[in-house]
Order: sequence, then structure tokens, then C-alpha cells
Amino acid sequence: MSGARVLTLHLGLLVLLFALHFVLPAYHHGNLARIMVLAAYAVGYNILFGYTGLLSLGHALFFAAGMYGLGLMIQHGGATPAPAFMVGVLAGAVVAGLLALLALRTTGVAFMIVTLMFAQAGYLTILYFGEWTRGDEGFVIQQAQRLLWGIDLSQPTARYFAAWALFSTAFLVSLWLVRRPFGRTLIAIRENEERVRMLGYDTHAHKLGAMVISGTIAAAAGAAYGLLFGYAGASFASVQYSIFPLLWVLLGGAGTVLGPFVGTLFMFYLIDLSSGITSAYMLIAGVTLVLLTLFAPQGLVGELRARAFRWLP
Amino acid sequence: MTLLSTRGLSKSFDGLQAVSAVDFDLPQGEIRALIGPNGAGKTTFVGMVCGRIPPSAGQVMFDGQDITSLPAHKRILLGMAYTFQITSVFARLDVSENVALAARRRHPPKKVAVAVDEALARVGLSDRSDEEAGNLSYGHQRLLEIAMGLAQKPRLLILDEPTQGLSEGEIAGFKDLIRDLAKEATILLIEHNMSVVMETADRVSVLDFGVLLAEGTPAEIHANAAVQAAYLGTG
Amino acid sequence: MELGPYILLASLEGAVTAAVLALTAVGLSLVFGVMRVVNIAHGEFFMLGAVIAWYVANALSGHPAIGFFAALLIAPLLVGALAVAADMTILKRLDYDPERTIVATIGLLYILQQLTLMTYGPEARPVEAPFNTRIALPWVEWGESGLSFYYPWGLSTTSYKLAVIAAAAFVLLGVWAMMARTKLGLVMRATQADRDMALAFGIPVERVYAMVFGIGAGLAALAAVLIVPIQQAHYLMGADPLLLSFIVVIIGGLGSLPGTVVAAILIGLSDGIISVFFSPTLAKILATLLVGLVLVFRPQGLFGARAA
Repeated sequence: MSGARVLTLHLGLLVLLFALHFVLPAYHHGNLARIMVLAAYAVGYNILFGYTGLLSLGHALFFAAGMYGLGLMIQHGGATPAPAFMVGVLAGAVVAGLLALLALRTTGVAFMIVTLMFAQAGYLTILYFGEWTRGDEGFVIQQAQRLLWGIDLSQPTARYFAAWALFSTAFLVSLWLVRRPFGRTLIAIRENEERVRMLGYDTHAHKLGAMVISGTIAAAAGAAYGLLFGYAGASFASVQYSIFPLLWVLLGGAGTVLGPFVGTLFMFYLIDLSSGITSAYMLIAGVTLVLLTLFAPQGLVGELRARAFRWLP
Repeated sequence: MTLLSTRGLSKSFDGLQAVSAVDFDLPQGEIRALIGPNGAGKTTFVGMVCGRIPPSAGQVMFDGQDITSLPAHKRILLGMAYTFQITSVFARLDVSENVALAARRRHPPKKVAVAVDEALARVGLSDRSDEEAGNLSYGHQRLLEIAMGLAQKPRLLILDEPTQGLSEGEIAGFKDLIRDLAKEATILLIEHNMSVVMETADRVSVLDFGVLLAEGTPAEIHANAAVQAAYLGTG
Repeated sequence: MELGPYILLASLEGAVTAAVLALTAVGLSLVFGVMRVVNIAHGEFFMLGAVIAWYVANALSGHPAIGFFAALLIAPLLVGALAVAADMTILKRLDYDPERTIVATIGLLYILQQLTLMTYGPEARPVEAPFNTRIALPWVEWGESGLSFYYPWGLSTTSYKLAVIAAAAFVLLGVWAMMARTKLGLVMRATQADRDMALAFGIPVERVYAMVFGIGAGLAALAAVLIVPIQQAHYLMGADPLLLSFIVVIIGGLGSLPGTVVAAILIGLSDGIISVFFSPTLAKILATLLVGLVLVFRPQGLFGARAA
């Protein structure tokens, strides 16, 4: 039965990531924690792009909504991490819902440009209120402000498992979602929206739901990033941070549950390895984007699924 | 009892009148064929019936309820099903998933699997349920379309040129299927193939230049001079 | 300075912005109109034009005019050739699929930008203008002796800035003449109207596409050469022209050349004047929101010129 196989494989990855902490040298702990948080961001992105077929160029807006929702609550509201995190996630959900109401009136290229423009407006807004956000320079969230239920999240071990918990949640939500009727309908919308409508589904409501879920996960990743790495800066709201999840998901395989993690992992270490040769790491990102669109539009996991493992969700 | 009726239903595209003031009544349980030359407005007409195309004027009534302002998905939930003229199954999804998408809207979660199996069995695609829909032959894709319509358990099934591109043998099987379907659903059939129309339809409506030209039994329509001039004569 | 002369000055600066913007945006609009693809790397073609202008001007000694006019010729040609190559190796292979083309041109954006950073470096470098005479401008005043002219301090422009406006107008007329009067223009318009029909009539659509992509990029590069004596060449300078071109093309109606020019003049002029009243960041926020909202609520553009 493919259900058991799927569950074993995906839970296996989470167990492996948990165990790696005890195996890998310390240098990789920080890297993997960062990868898991960013992969959670990619998982969120994949729900909209990979499964619903809506290519957003503005997800940095949601990531930043989470990061600044948390960061500003801690910095200026004196909040503790748990409520601040909730505020960040909620901020992302609200922003995603509002943008969805506007952007979903368009399709295709117009949808891409609309999301790009609103995210850019969000980025500029963060710069505009530099007095509070400290603009490009950003602000540090102090170690003392990062105690969650007595656990110091600036400590490598605590940070690793917090990142693992976040990623596991996003990953399992995405796995659960695409096997539910709601997720199956999203996939069908990606394939042929008009047909889905004529089967009696409110496709607009489904796309709205997908965008809110996607934005909420992105915001959770953004909030966690601020909390775990102690920093919030405007660069996380820039176009580049909207392109990154697209790149990771394309590389790993859009519309696969494993793809976002695989893509984030590969890209991270690709840039890490190339940093010895060049500091212009965005060059690597650009080349990868072009090569992927040309030669492997399905990404790594997508190609695997097409060739050998049709049962992969 | 009248299941579907339209009053003064009209559509114009940029000043071009595609459908003009059609009054149409379809009693429950009937197989009705809608025929007419290419560009007569048949697809536009059923598009307005099921909500794909907003009408310029007129009303659509379904089961005694004015549904003119309802969006397509709500009309479908009232018990309509529409199969596309151009095959539009979900090519990259499994055959069974295609049908399940249709069935989930109609059946409680636990009954979906049974409904899918039933629908596939009725069109004879049971042994293909795990294949990717895009890999099916053209004729089988048309059958899959019909299975998706069946799984919706519709009260009104609208079939837009279901036999287009089918072989002789497949068409014969299709005629049997239609007669079988009529036991539980009212059927509105857009059809070019005259043998299908003559052998399956209870009544026939003829649309020409967006106007309802004639209506009657297949034999009456066959004998109607105006229809002959507009349609049958030109082949 | 009083408000009146100040606004005249802002309008003159705005006219220079508008001229350059019109060229850049017409390039983007042409590509969208004929090929139905959005080129996110358009700003980088602009940037390359400026950087190449610096290299050319630097390589040639003698009077600055020699280097400048050489750049005016070489930069658009080189950038155009690069764009043609990108079209044939990347866009053509994607079959001009709108979404995949956007993703690929995002990649191209970073490739061009980072390669420039690695070779040309992070510095901003100027190119000397071929001529640059200051022209003081008069202003009228209602004084005791009736109407009188005077020269307010600071109200001036340069001969070069006026030449930029004239040159842009000249090139735009050229583009119009090419589209309306030449066989190439006819072929381009036919391809724009109906690609399949054009193919059926034996128009080499792929070559037309490569040509259009090259011309579009060349126009951006030309605009950059014109502006680089006023604004220095820098590897990140492509972002603003890209955003402004987007605004212009979307507000002017996607793919409509006259709409694009009108919108460029409007945006260019108002850019100068708005910055008198708003901070540049706030002006940009409003501009991006405007583009988003226009696309959502009036996709045919503010001027209602419906694209074919």
C-alpha cells in the first residue's frame, strides 16, 4: 500500500534530521538549523506555487510580516517570545488574506507582477518606518529576549530542535494537506481550474485558502528565523527573499512534499561551497534558475517521481 | 415537471448576437438533443445554462428556482453536470482521482470510493483506474468525462458533443450508455451525429443563428423543411 | 527659490527623466507587445548599456565627445546582440512560456548583475558629457515696473540635458517610423496580432522574436548611455529603471506604444514634481501600490487603450 510507504519515507526524513544532531559535527548544526527554517518557508511557498499553480513573486512580504510581527512585539512591545511568535504568524495570515483578495482577481503573469509590486511596497514601507524597524540595518533581538519557557533559543542545541520542530510541523501539515480532499482539489485547480469549477467547487475560495495557509507558514518561518537567529532586517523583505523560495522549490521539485527541503539543502550547500570561489553568490542562484527552467523544470524530486517513484506525493 | 427552463435567454459578444431570446423547456426524465449548424450558439447556450458564461439578458430556471445570478459551482451543486466539448480531464492525475474529484462534491467521504468504482464500471474503465488520465486513448478520455459526470449523480447531465472523434464501435456503446443513464438523469445532449440523435433522443431542439428554430420528436424534426434547409440539407 | 521657478526646474529635470524612461519603457513594451513575455532582466540591459559606455569612453582618448558618441553606437549594439543570444539560447527553448520566461529572466538578471559586479566592480563611475554648457533660465515677475524678466539663482539646465530630451524624441520617432512604415515593423505588428497566422503566412516568427528582444534591450542600453553623463554607472542601477518601466508600461496599457510614451512623460514629469512634496521612499511606495492596483482593477491600463 502506497500510504504506508509514503508515511515511512517522510517520517523517516524527520527522524533522520532529529538524529543528525547527534552525529554531525557542530559546524553543521547551525547550518542545518538555518536550512530547516528556510525549508519551512519553502514548504509554505510550495503549497501555493507547487500544488495550486500560483506563482507568487511576493512571499517575502509574508516572511517579513512574521519576522517583524515578532521582532517589533519583542523590541517595542516588550512581549515574550511565545505571544510575539503568535502575533507574527497572525500578521502573516492577515497580510496573505488581504493580498489574496486583491491578487486573486488576476491570473498568470499579472498575478506574478501584482504580488511582486505589493511585496515591494511592503519592503519600502519597512524602510520608510526606519525609526521603528531600523531599515536596512535592522535590529538585534537580544539573548535575554529569546527565552522560550526558560529555554535559551540562542543556544545551538535548543535552536536546532526548535528549527526541527518548526520544519516538522510545516512538513507534516503539507503532507497531510495534499492527501486531504482540499489539497487534492488544489492540485486539480493547478491542472485545470475551469474544469474544477464545473465540478461544483468554489475555486476562488480554494485559492484564497491556499494562499492564506501558504502565507501563514511563510510567516511562521520568518518569525522563527528572527527568534532563532536574533535579528530582523529589511533585506528579508526584499525581492531576493521572494525569489529564494521559488528557487528552492524549483530546484527540489515543485508540487512534491520533499522538494522544498531538498532544494533548500542543495542550494544552501552549493552557495556555501562556492563561497570559497566567489562572493557573488547570487550568480550561482541566477545560473541555477536559468538551468532549471531550461533543463529540469520538474526539479530533483519531480524528476525522480516522473522516472521511478510515481507514488511520491 | 419541468426541470430546466430559460426565458428570453440572450448573449451578444461585441455586438454579435450569439444567442437571442431563447425560451426553452426541458421536462424531467427526458433525453433532449440540441442540434444546429456550427456557430449556431449551442455551446454558448448551455454555457449560460450551467453558469460558465454570463447572459446578456434573460433568465435560467432550474427545478423551479431562478438560478440566473448563481455562480457556476453553486448550479453544479444543485444537480447539474457538464462535460466539456474539448476533452478536459485532468491529464496528469489518475483516472480514479479524476472521478473522485467529481464524486467528492456529491457523496459523503466514506462513499466516495464506492461511487468512483461504480461510475468507472458503468463506462467500462474499471481496469484503467490507476492509469494517468493523459495516457488514455481519446475515446477512453471521452468515457472518463462521462464517468465524471455520472459520479456527480446529476439530475441534469449536459453532454457537449460527447461522440466527437469516437469510432463507430465506440458510438454504438455510447448509445446504450445514454439510454441507461436516462433512467436516473435528465439529459441535454449537444450532438452532431444524426444517428445518435435519432436513436437516443426523446425530443430534439434546433438552434440556428442563435434562435430556436424548431422543436419536436426526432421524426418530426427529420421531416421539418425549415430544419432541412438550415441544417440537414447542408450536411 | 520661490515655488514657481522651483516647479519649472523640477519639470525640466522631470522631462529628462521622462525622455530616458520613455526609451527604456518602449523597449519593455515592445517585447511584451510582440512576444507576450515580461522581461525582468530589462533593467540589467539598461545597466549594461551604462557600464559599456564607461568602458568605451575610458578606452578612447581625446575629446570626451569621441568616447561618448562611440558608446552611443557600441553599447546598444553589444547589448542588443547579447539579448538576441539570450533569446535564442534561453527564451526560444522555453517556447516563450510566459511564466517560465519570467523565472528565466529573473535568473538572467542576477547573472548579468553579478558578472558586472565581479568584473566592473562595486564603484559608481561617471562618463563625461560630450558638451555641457550651463544655460540659465529666466523667470517672469510682476514688479513695480510691470512684467519683468530675471534670472533666479539656481534655475538653470545644461545643453546636454536638452540634447537628451531631443535625442530621445528623435529615437522614439524612429521607433514609430520603423513600426508604421517599414517591412520589419509590418512583420512585427503581424506577429503581435496573431502569431499562428503570421507563421502560416511564412513570417519567420522566431527571427522576429529575437530581433524584437534585441531591439528592446538596445533601446534600454541607449537610454542608459544618454543618462550616464548625468547619473553614474553602477552595477545596481538597473532596479529603478525596471520598476519605473513597469509602472509606465502597465499604466500606459500593456503593449501599447503610444500609451507607453504618454505614461512615461506623465510619470517622468510627476516624478520630478512629486519628489518636491514627498520623500523618495514614500513616492516609490505609492508608485508600486499604484501599479498593483491598476493591474488588479484596470488591467487595460489607465488610458483604456486595450492591447490587441
